Amino acid sequence: MSLIAPLLLCVPLIAASTHADPPRFFFNVHLITMAGDDIERGAMLVENGTITAIGPMESMAAPPNAESIDLSGMTLMPGLVCTHSHVGEVSGGDSSAAMHPASRAMDSIDVRHPSVQRAQAGGVTTAHVMPGSGLLMSGQTILLKLRDGRTLDDLLFLDDANHPISNMKMANGTNPRGEAPAPGTRARAAAIVREMFVKAQEYRAKVEKAKADPTGEAPPRDLGLEAMGEILDRKRTVHHHTHRHDDILTVLRLKQEFGFDVVLHHVSEAWKVADEIAAAKVPCSIILVDSPGGKLETLDIELKNAVELEKRGVLVGFHTDDPITDSRWFLRMAGLGVRAGMSRKGALEAVTLNGAKILHVEKRTGSLEVGKDADFIVLDGDPLSIYTHVQQTWIDGQKVFDRSNDEDRKYATGGMGAGDRDVFHGCCLGGEEEDPR
Amino acid sequence: MKTFTLSLASFLLAFTAQAQIAVKGQVILTMAGEPILDGVVVIENGKITKVGPIADVAIPANATLLEAAYVVPGLIDAHSTVGFSGYMNQPHDQDQFDRSEALQPELRAIDAYNAREVLIDWVRRHGVTTIHTGHAPGPLVSGQTLVAKLHGESVDESVIVPCAMVAATLASPSEGKDKKSPGTRARQSAVLRQALVDAQAWAAKKAKKPDDTPRNLRNEILSRVLAREVPLMITADAHQDILTALRIRDEFGIDLVLDSAADAHSLLPELTRAKVPVLVHPTMARPEGDRRNLSLENAAKLREAGLTIALQAGYEGYVPKTRVVLWEAAMTAANGLSHRDAMATITIDAARILKLDKRIGSIEVGKDGDLALFDGDPFEWTTHCLGTVIEGTRFAGE
Repeated sequence: MSLIAPLLLCVPLIAASTHADPPRFFFNVHLITMAGDDIERGAMLVENGTITAIGPMESMAAPPNAESIDLSGMTLMPGLVCTHSHVGEVSGGDSSAAMHPASRAMDSIDVRHPSVQRAQAGGVTTAHVMPGSGLLMSGQTILLKLRDGRTLDDLLFLDDANHPISNMKMANGTNPRGEAPAPGTRARAAAIVREMFVKAQEYRAKVEKAKADPTGEAPPRDLGLEAMGEILDRKRTVHHHTHRHDDILTVLRLKQEFGFDVVLHHVSEAWKVADEIAAAKVPCSIILVDSPGGKLETLDIELKNAVELEKRGVLVGFHTDDPITDSRWFLRMAGLGVRAGMSRKGALEAVTLNGAKILHVEKRTGSLEVGKDADFIVLDGDPLSIYTHVQQTWIDGQKVFDRSNDEDRKYATGGMGAGDRDVFHGCCLGGEEEDPR
Repeated sequence: MKTFTLSLASFLLAFTAQAQIAVKGQVILTMAGEPILDGVVVIENGKITKVGPIADVAIPANATLLEAAYVVPGLIDAHSTVGFSGYMNQPHDQDQFDRSEALQPELRAIDAYNAREVLIDWVRRHGVTTIHTGHAPGPLVSGQTLVAKLHGESVDESVIVPCAMVAATLASPSEGKDKKSPGTRARQSAVLRQALVDAQAWAAKKAKKPDDTPRNLRNEILSRVLAREVPLMITADAHQDILTALRIRDEFGIDLVLDSAADAHSLLPELTRAKVPVLVHPTMARPEGDRRNLSLENAAKLREAGLTIALQAGYEGYVPKTRVVLWEAAMTAANGLSHRDAMATITIDAARILKLDKRIGSIEVGKDGDLALFDGDPFEWTTHCLGTVIEGTRFAGE
């Protein structure tokens, strides 16, 4: 996706540090590859940030120059992919308009915020960081690898052409409702969105026309309509917050009209329209929470969402919606998925490979396979057990979290400085606890 | 002996007051001594009448027989706001606090408890049979709390302690949004102390001249706090607020229950000296605001320091509208507490802090017939609660 100008400075630096590392040979470890059966006792070779060999112990040998790491008793699995996160106190548009296609998450995220380190402690290696749901279109998302870094550039998940990966956040239902310019009703919300997409179609047509005719005049650049044109060209996916059954169907209706790619997020009443979702072949990024309610749209949220969608072959990924749920217990969601009746495989895919597929980076991450980025976690037990802790998190072959290191451990267990100074206020609820963002 | 089925007949049978229930467990965590393997608990007329290995216990012929991999005491949530902060989260179902005044200890919990609130069923499906619930943290003094069994359709049918504690909060003033609340920490303390001083004076006058002392709802409840008939539960997370709570306790000689206590890990010597019972914040509470330095190991550290602790679902303003105390305790078992001690935080130790340990919190002959049944280790994410028994009445699980 060539959406944003290539970033020149950071890339060689990252590459340089990776190249300086010796090959690393992780052995005597239970491998959950998410690409075929588990390997009871296996090994994995990592060179220059990439997995270069993986298999059962008997078929593997450490190269002479490799650093060998014995992981006896441990389980190694792909790094977790969170399809919907707000780590780094990300923001998008403001209340000046209902739709903010030009606002970019990358211009707001604080990569030094402790939520990033807590997510590393939870084993999250890839996070799709999005603006909130208080607007119909709150802005452009940004895909991050949660590397240790000083600046945003250090954390960007760059595509094969070294471009950042960005999608678009949208929302319907009650969160984006309010005083004008926000919509006051559902029909008004859909009308505002449709009008904007029509405008984007016209803008794109003018641009195309000017390109075809060198004498013609291109329209003045409009950053918002440009970004929406990328949605129409399916270079940018819509990631759509939606809860109620009818709102879910509204998203599918707009997708049909304008032909964009969409991922449904939260989808609290998915179980009521699971057949329609399956027929539309759209992926779902869902969340499992401790109890129903908290807002009218989520009175009927059920853990069985995961089960009903899996049963129908829908591509299901989980998300933390951090800070709605803490990235440190993202694996718990796979456990709760199994509790609700999901298959073990489906639940583990929902926190790894399916997330990568939803974000179109499954060639890079989400499973342990030769040629993929060395994004993985080391666990001291079964991934679905409460007693299991993430012991290590590795991204591109670099260790970014080690529970045996006191400074890292602080972010896993809490303590002075591991939390946020600001109080999170749930978005768009009504009631005094709420402070719409 | 009947085998357990989900038929309507057995369901109705369970609701009869005279029901005899026998619950077989591969593991029975009695919380009074060692676990019993392949044991059975017999409940008659709502009370536990027998408990022991199957081989040693005569099961009454008419008893309804239930079976589970794990049988534990009905879980106790030592601090919740379920029944007050309804699951819709709309103004009409939010009775957890009133913001018209900062200090309202006279607000009775029994006048607001909604025994039919949806979330009561939700937490009961996850093993909870007793909750300490009521006015929520937030205002300086939000009101009173109660203890309810999660059966019954009205407050009278459910409540076992109508006035359990008075709920107060010492917190960063920036966390309160209303103008009625004190604007600084020092003023919070001053307002609370003045109220206690006023109640002292009122009580002294009443003792001397009962006929000349008009009733005063606020002073009546605060004088009960001063007389140590009702504990003051102070929610405090920041270290300076926790110390203020201890200072106020020492000044007035009141019975203090410390609530939440995110910074407890940095005050272990003070808390150990104070021997104060602590209702530890939900383990998975969001680490923000006054709780920004909370530690998942708080429960383990406080327990190791010899303090009596209990876990809680706490109060949530948004999603999830309630937590499940079973999972909060489970997280302590994954963060330093032994399995036994973690289970105690939602059974016997919670009962001790609520001063109800003679009645609930363990599986012992003579105690209430309150049980929670699980198909595996209750703490595992992939285990299910099969149902609960409350004073001999059966309720559905997940």
